Amino acid sequence: MSGLLIYLVILLITAFLAPMLISRAGKAAPWLLGMVSASGFAYLLGFAGFISKGNTLNYTIEWLPELYLNFSLYLDGLSLFFALMVTGMGALVLVFSGNYMKPYAMKHRFFFLILLFEFAMLALVLSGNLITLFIFWELTSVSSFLLVGFYHEKPEARNAALQALLITVAGGLAMMAGFIMLGQIAGTLEINQLLKSGDLIRNHPHYLPVLLLILAGAFTKSAQFPFHFWLPGAMQAPSPVSAYLHSATMVKAGIYLLMRLSPVMGGTPEWKYILTITGAVTMILGGYFAYSQTDFKKVLAYTTISALGTLVLMLGIDTDISIKAAIIFLLVHALYKGALFMIAGLIDKSAGTRDLRKIGGLGKVMPTASLAAIISLLSMAGLPPMIGFIGKELIYEAKFALPDIGNLLLVAGVLTNVIMVAISLALIFNLFLGPLKYPGEKPKRPAFALRIGPTLLAGISLIFGLFPARVADLLLSPAIKSIRPTIDSLKLSLWHGFNEVLLVSFITVAAGITLFLLYRRVNPVLTKFNNEVITFRFADAFNKGLDMFLHLTKKKTSFIQSGYQRFYLMAIFIMTSLLAWYQLIYTWPDIENISFSKPGIYEILILILIVSSTLIAVSVKSRLAAILSLGGVGYGIGLLFVIYGAIDVAITLMLAETLVLVLFMVVVYHLPKFTNFSSNASRLRDAAIALLVGGFMTGLVLKAGQLNLNPKISDFYVENAIPLAHGSNIVNVILVDFRALDTLGEITVLVIAAIGVVALLKLKTKKGSAT
Amino acid sequence: MEVLLAIVIGLLYAAGVYLLLRRSIVKLILGIMFFSHATNLLIFVAGGLHKGQPQFASDGLTAVSANPTDPLPQALILTAIVIGFGITAFFLALMYRFYQATGTEDLDELKEGENK
Repeated sequence: MSGLLIYLVILLITAFLAPMLISRAGKAAPWLLGMVSASGFAYLLGFAGFISKGNTLNYTIEWLPELYLNFSLYLDGLSLFFALMVTGMGALVLVFSGNYMKPYAMKHRFFFLILLFEFAMLALVLSGNLITLFIFWELTSVSSFLLVGFYHEKPEARNAALQALLITVAGGLAMMAGFIMLGQIAGTLEINQLLKSGDLIRNHPHYLPVLLLILAGAFTKSAQFPFHFWLPGAMQAPSPVSAYLHSATMVKAGIYLLMRLSPVMGGTPEWKYILTITGAVTMILGGYFAYSQTDFKKVLAYTTISALGTLVLMLGIDTDISIKAAIIFLLVHALYKGALFMIAGLIDKSAGTRDLRKIGGLGKVMPTASLAAIISLLSMAGLPPMIGFIGKELIYEAKFALPDIGNLLLVAGVLTNVIMVAISLALIFNLFLGPLKYPGEKPKRPAFALRIGPTLLAGISLIFGLFPARVADLLLSPAIKSIRPTIDSLKLSLWHGFNEVLLVSFITVAAGITLFLLYRRVNPVLTKFNNEVITFRFADAFNKGLDMFLHLTKKKTSFIQSGYQRFYLMAIFIMTSLLAWYQLIYTWPDIENISFSKPGIYEILILILIVSSTLIAVSVKSRLAAILSLGGVGYGIGLLFVIYGAIDVAITLMLAETLVLVLFMVVVYHLPKFTNFSSNASRLRDAAIALLVGGFMTGLVLKAGQLNLNPKISDFYVENAIPLAHGSNIVNVILVDFRALDTLGEITVLVIAAIGVVALLKLKTKKGSAT
Repeated sequence: MEVLLAIVIGLLYAAGVYLLLRRSIVKLILGIMFFSHATNLLIFVAGGLHKGQPQFASDGLTAVSANPTDPLPQALILTAIVIGFGITAFFLALMYRFYQATGTEDLDELKEGENK
């Protein structure tokens, strides 16, 4: 089993080695990289027989089992299906990129990123633990961010990348919260165990929040309305990336998650309604916008949105037939969309534009590629004999089988498909057939490396369409069964006999052809309508929101980070003392319980000295008086120490106080007079803060007098002063013997301070250039 | 006496806070000194107040418990005073340089100078 893990590690190492390989091996490098991916495809395909018998593989490395956190891999029909798409498409994309990216100086970086992307996506679909899945999920977001913004010198690319990142990562975070809640409910995050606890989760009171959080992740990733707008923006990426991102990775991650969790969370009314409505809206919107674009890549991007909507809708309908339809349509879409994006890149490269109004008749210069494109487009239109036809028929069937709202969905589905037919026909007839049309130089015949990917994919679309039974048995049925084990095996064939579904298909095609014939007339009107009437752009709204948020944080920061030292202190003082006051009020010390000593006359006098000196020091205008009264405070405290038997402390304090006074006098001589900076209002405010702090300190002292928690540590020192340290002055013995090392530290501090003082006083700076 | 001392400590802290919030750097240093006084006194009071004899160990290892004065806080405060002295001296030198270098004692001008 750990073979899967070994392959993942190999893929990751390959990603890191790719830049070196590209510069050393030159032309052969992309082929070698493609081989690595293709070998993964072959290796995974080896599991197909084993998996199709209903087996699963599970491999776990314990990480933090107490938090349900493990690194696990899980292989069943569904993950195998996705893993094959990821590696197979990856191989083709890598080979394609080899030629496509040749002129770019940064191609080393590109190959590293796209392999990292492939690794992340493969690891995501193979993850057997939701947290592992989340980590790779975020890794796909990050690597796609770097890929979308690959042409980082273009501001649109940077903006699109940032948008894609922010949206998918925000959704990812919500999803993680959902996963954690799911783990708390089920007591596990292992997928193979979650699959068994579906009922427990569906009946839990927290089901709805969990569902919403996880759907937020899936919908943002899979570009569902209203998060769809990042996907058209993401076409700023190099075309091979678009091919990969739209067909097998990234946007399919959300679909994968929905399919994966469908047995765990699906089947409830909430699930059905949310998925059906979101999917249907996304499907129609995507179709509409696809019809009214003039940029080939943009057309494709919006059809992807539409297709993703269809997939979500199918999962939302949640019947046997709709799940079958979803899996087949997933394959259909991956095949044609991968091919078409590669062809879009190829056209862009050889004709220098993707604007559908400027190019046409490319079949004459690139016959193979055009044939591949036409086959893929027919599959997109859902016409026989492509596999797309089978997919579309099943989707119609799923909608027919619905009781009440089915008809509405059927209408929506037919409408979308009519658009797809029209777009496909328009692209076929304008872009590939008909008279040759191009701006600038005559398009060249594309290189073999560019043609092989689309040709293969188109070929598969055709072959699967003609002989669907084998692939259904080997790959599709196991994938469907891991979503719903009770489902009967998939029987696929091109010909269903005459029935209502076929009739609807006929209507669709007929309407599609009509719409296609109107294309030239309708399209400019729609483009105009889109540009002038629908002024609201989701992407712009998002940017505006982002700007507002940044503005807000800037304001907030400049409010909190005022840059004035006083305000920082004020914040600290106020917050600390308010918290302390809160605590003090709740545990107000019982003053009666404290044993008071009666103050004698000397103590009273000393206290009066301290208090009056303090008041003078604070309020007096003369510097000298302030310093002297501070001395008064110090000496007063020293006298208190004398009275309460702390002779050594008193001596030290007096000495230190005297020295400080002398130093102060020397320095103050060089300083200006006190100036009054503050207004009376700010004095009053500061006094209030000061009293707040002072009051809580008073409370603290009273509180401290009440507590006597531990036995006196001092007893040890008192008892051992003479036997161990041979001295009778205990305070001295503590300082120079028991805690001598501390005293050494203290002396060090003094020495450092002394050096600092000398350095500061001796340091000469030129006047004016001082900093 | 404890209550009175508690109030005095509170007052010393209040004076320290008030001075720290001034704009003059000299007053800032005065504030710090008030803080260190207040803290010393706080530790001292927390150790318990016992008038009279300083804590000396008698030769015969006995009768030590007769004197309840706690020597440990005293040792702590002693260290604190010395370190506080070192810090004050350093601060004074720093303030001296500060004034020489900037020509002001107004802390707010540091910020405003930045914006100029």
